[in-house]
Order: sequence, then structure tokens, then C-alpha cells
Amino acid sequence: MSRHFVSIEGLSKVYPSKEQDLVVFEGANIGIDKGEFVCIIGHSGCGKSTILNVMAGLETPTTGTMIMDNKEASGPSLDRGVVFQNYSLLPWLTALQNVSFGVRARWPKWNKAKVDAHSSHFLEMVGLSGALHRKPSELSGGMCQRVSIARAFATSPKLLLLDEPFGALDALTRGVIQDELLKIWSETQQTVFMITHDVDEAILLADRVLLMTNGPHARVAESVRINIPRPRNRANIIEDPAYYKIRNYLVNFLVKRSGQLSGSAGQVGGATQEVDPSVEINPKNEQSAALKAAI
Amino acid sequence: MASLNMKATLLSLLLLLVGLGIWEAMNQVPAASTGLSEYERMMGGADQEARVPPPSQVFSHAWDELSDPFYDAGPNDKGIGIQLAYSLYRVLTGYLAAALIAIPLGFVIGMSPLMHKALNPFIQVLRPISPLAWMPLALFIIRDSEGSAIFVIFICSIWPMLINTAFGVANVRTDWIKVARTHELSPLKTAFLVILPAAAPTILTGMRISIGIAWLVIVAAEMLVGGTGIGYYVWNEWNNLDLNSVIFSILMIGIVGMLLDMTLAAVTKLVQYED
Repeated sequence: MSRHFVSIEGLSKVYPSKEQDLVVFEGANIGIDKGEFVCIIGHSGCGKSTILNVMAGLETPTTGTMIMDNKEASGPSLDRGVVFQNYSLLPWLTALQNVSFGVRARWPKWNKAKVDAHSSHFLEMVGLSGALHRKPSELSGGMCQRVSIARAFATSPKLLLLDEPFGALDALTRGVIQDELLKIWSETQQTVFMITHDVDEAILLADRVLLMTNGPHARVAESVRINIPRPRNRANIIEDPAYYKIRNYLVNFLVKRSGQLSGSAGQVGGATQEVDPSVEINPKNEQSAALKAAI
Repeated sequence: MASLNMKATLLSLLLLLVGLGIWEAMNQVPAASTGLSEYERMMGGADQEARVPPPSQVFSHAWDELSDPFYDAGPNDKGIGIQLAYSLYRVLTGYLAAALIAIPLGFVIGMSPLMHKALNPFIQVLRPISPLAWMPLALFIIRDSEGSAIFVIFICSIWPMLINTAFGVANVRTDWIKVARTHELSPLKTAFLVILPAAAPTILTGMRISIGIAWLVIVAAEMLVGGTGIGYYVWNEWNNLDLNSVIFSILMIGIVGMLLDMTLAAVTKLVQYED
């Protein structure tokens, strides 16, 4: 196994209970290269959020470790920035103060002018230069999430964790912020790990999409390479010949195979398979049939 | 909406005038039909019955008092300003001492479920005790009436601040705590940068309740310990049968209480945030 920038080995989370322990997920092995954008998709209850919280250091796994940049990562750290679904801005601070809250935590020795300049630069990158001094209650949901993204990028973490950042936004706003996220990501060359429920979002943003089977006993079944050249944008990505192949593959997994593959106690199902739907037709009959039906 | 305020102001003035008018009309000294003896004049005219002084008398008395609020003509005759200043001094001393203990302790109780469970029985038993019930014990231990009055204020204002601080701190949104954790803030920084501002409105509400209670209690406490202060003043004027002064000081107690509350309300506004 080649050494990745971030590698998660044998991760599992079990909630003990009197009758039968609840195994949320087990045997999760995830590798992320530097600068890679990885999305993870799965049904509710498969433990995606738990994986992310473990990576953020907010929860402890039952087994397994996470190694980042050749060091074991445990406990929360500024090296791993998090964007939460509900923005988690501090409502008594303005947009600028929320971002500089993170910047000041990261570089305590910077003076105020430097902190402010750095923070406003990142708010400008997400198109909020006009709202620096407004409080979250005076911003729309989309703007709040932009502030939250700016806060995370501004601290330049080694790994950025996004927990369904667009889940609470309407489709139009979501599209605009996806573009902004792509822009800021390509400028900063961040390594990103993101949870999403949205297949199109995953294809637009990710280099690879991890697919999880249903919980309990969920596992990371497949790693799907999104072989669509960058820069991508929402308008013309659908014209790429690989787009629908990938999309159908992902939808098919979520609708059918995530349930079929879902494990039961004692049956840990093998390693994560690497898949590239754009070049190969998977040998499994059932899959290719589904693909043909979809095309 | 300006018209609503206008209407409300007009209605308030109207109610005030009607109330004062009724009060004035019901308490007129009847005109003497015959010449009065000296005794009758001393006793308030031809009427044998004592009367509440009408507002006109109270206001003219208030005018006299307020035009020289800080005179000092001996232990039993001090201006209203001096008396209020004594009361305010006791209230603020006891109150600030209570805040210095209640807010840090409330933080500890709010942040630690262990401390909450361990201290809660004491709080529940001590809180319902009427503050004046502490007075004899305070007098015995402190051996000073001034100190005892301050202690009574301290003990009555500590509970709302303590309970509100603990509640506010315990209910800080976990998201914000997560933000602090992912930014590697030390516990002390988390307390000051995240928990304190998040809980500040709740803490301030407790402080506002406390100052109200302290101002209620100081009057009764000063009636007991005597010497100086607005509570003592009310009781002393009652003993002097000077109802003008009694009514005047009641009004002053109300006005000062309102000012204290308005001050805390203004501070609360400063730390309020919209979620």
C-alpha cells in the first residue's frame, strides 16, 4: 500500500450497548493524496459524519488510526479545518471577525493589521468584500456558508473537512458557492475531504468519490475516479462524455448496490475497490446491465 | 408607530392626571367652620381623622427636598440624596461582591456536570431562604450593622446570577464549542472568547434580576439595621408621622430602582446577539 498524504487505516466506530453493540462502520481504509479533492457519499446512518468527526478529532474511533503527513493525527487540530453544515459562525462577531478568529488562532503572533488583511483577502475570494462588517444574522444562509468556507481556507489547514456544506442551501445558491469553492480550491491547492448527498455536486468537485454501503456495519466499498478534466464548470461538465457514465454508476450504487453490499455482523467485505467508470465497463454483469439500462 | 408612542404617552399622562386628581380630591382638609384651637391646628385642622397628604403637598415637599438633597443636619436629619447614596453604596458593594463570586462559580457549575450535581443541593436549600432571615446570624458574626446589611444584599443577589450563569454556560451551542476545539483554543481562551460572549445575555439577565431583588431587600434591611439609608429614612419619617416624606421617599425608591434596571437593560443590549 503506497503511502498517501492522509491515510486512514482500519477505522471503525462501535457504540456499545447492553444487548448488541451498534457497529456504525468498520474497516474503513481511506487514502488521500496531497491536493486531492475527495467526496464521500452514502445514505444517512452509514457513518460519513462520524468518519469526518474522527478525522477532525472531535470524536475518537473505536479502532483504527489516521496518519497525516507522516504523523498520527488525534484530537482536534488547526491542521484540519472543518466547515460544518450549519455554518457554526459565532453570531456576536462580524463576518470579518469570524474569519480573523480563525486566523488569530492559527498565527497568534500576527498583528491586527496583518490578521485583518489576510482575513479580508479570503472573504474577497468568496465574493463577500461588501459584507465584511455584517453579523451572521444580517447575512443569508449562502453568505454565512461562504464566511465559514473563508474561515476554513484562511487558516490554511493541511486537510480541509467539509461536512455537507451545501446541504441547507437552495439549488441556485449552492451552484454559485460550488463554483466559488472550486475557484478557491484551485488557487490554494488544498487537500479536501467532503461529505455530500448530491451526486452532481460530487462529480463537479471531486477527483475521487468514495462510496459507502448502508449502515450498520457500513464500509467504504468503492473509490470512483472522476476522470473529467479540470477546470470544470457547471455549465459544460454535462457535455463531457464521461459525465453520464460516472453519474449513472454513482446513482446505481446508491439506489441498488449500497443496500446489496451492506454488510452484516462478522462479514467484513474486503478492501475498497478502485473504479473508473469512464474507461472500463465493470465486469460484474449486474452492473453493466444497469449501466446499459441507464444509457 | 410614532403615533402609537404618542397615544401611549397621552394615555399615561391622562391616567396620571386622573389618579392624582382623585387622590387630591379625596384628601382635602375640610374648611374650618369655626376658629380652631391651637391643638386642632396642630392636628391638621378641624378634622379629628388623620389623612394621607394630597399630591400637591407631597410635590411641594418633594421640591423642597430635591432642591437641597445633600444637607446634613445631624443623625436624624439628612437629605434624601445622602440617604439614597448610603443605600446605593450598600447595594452596589453587596451586589458586586456577589457577582465576583457568582459568575466564576456559575462558569464552573455550567461547565462541569460533576460540580453541578455536587453543588445543586446546597443551592436549592439556600436559595429560598428569605435574605432577611440571615440578618441575626450576620449581625452576630459580623458584629457590624453596615456589614450585615451588605451581607444580606450579597446573599440575596448571588442566586439569580449564579443560576443564570450556570444555565447560560451549560447551554452554549455545541457547534460553537466545536469551533473552539477545531481552532485549538486553550480552555481559558475558549471560556473568554466563546463561552463568555455566548452566555453573556443570559448572565446579564441574571444580573438584572439580582439588582432588582437587591434594591427590594435593601429597604427592608435598612429598616432593621437603622442609622442611614433610604429604608431607614422611610421608617424614621413614619415615626415622625411625616407622611409627606414617606410618600416622597416611596417615589424615590421606585425611581432609583427603575434607573438601576434601565442601566442593566442598556448593558444587556450591548452583549445581546441575534442567532
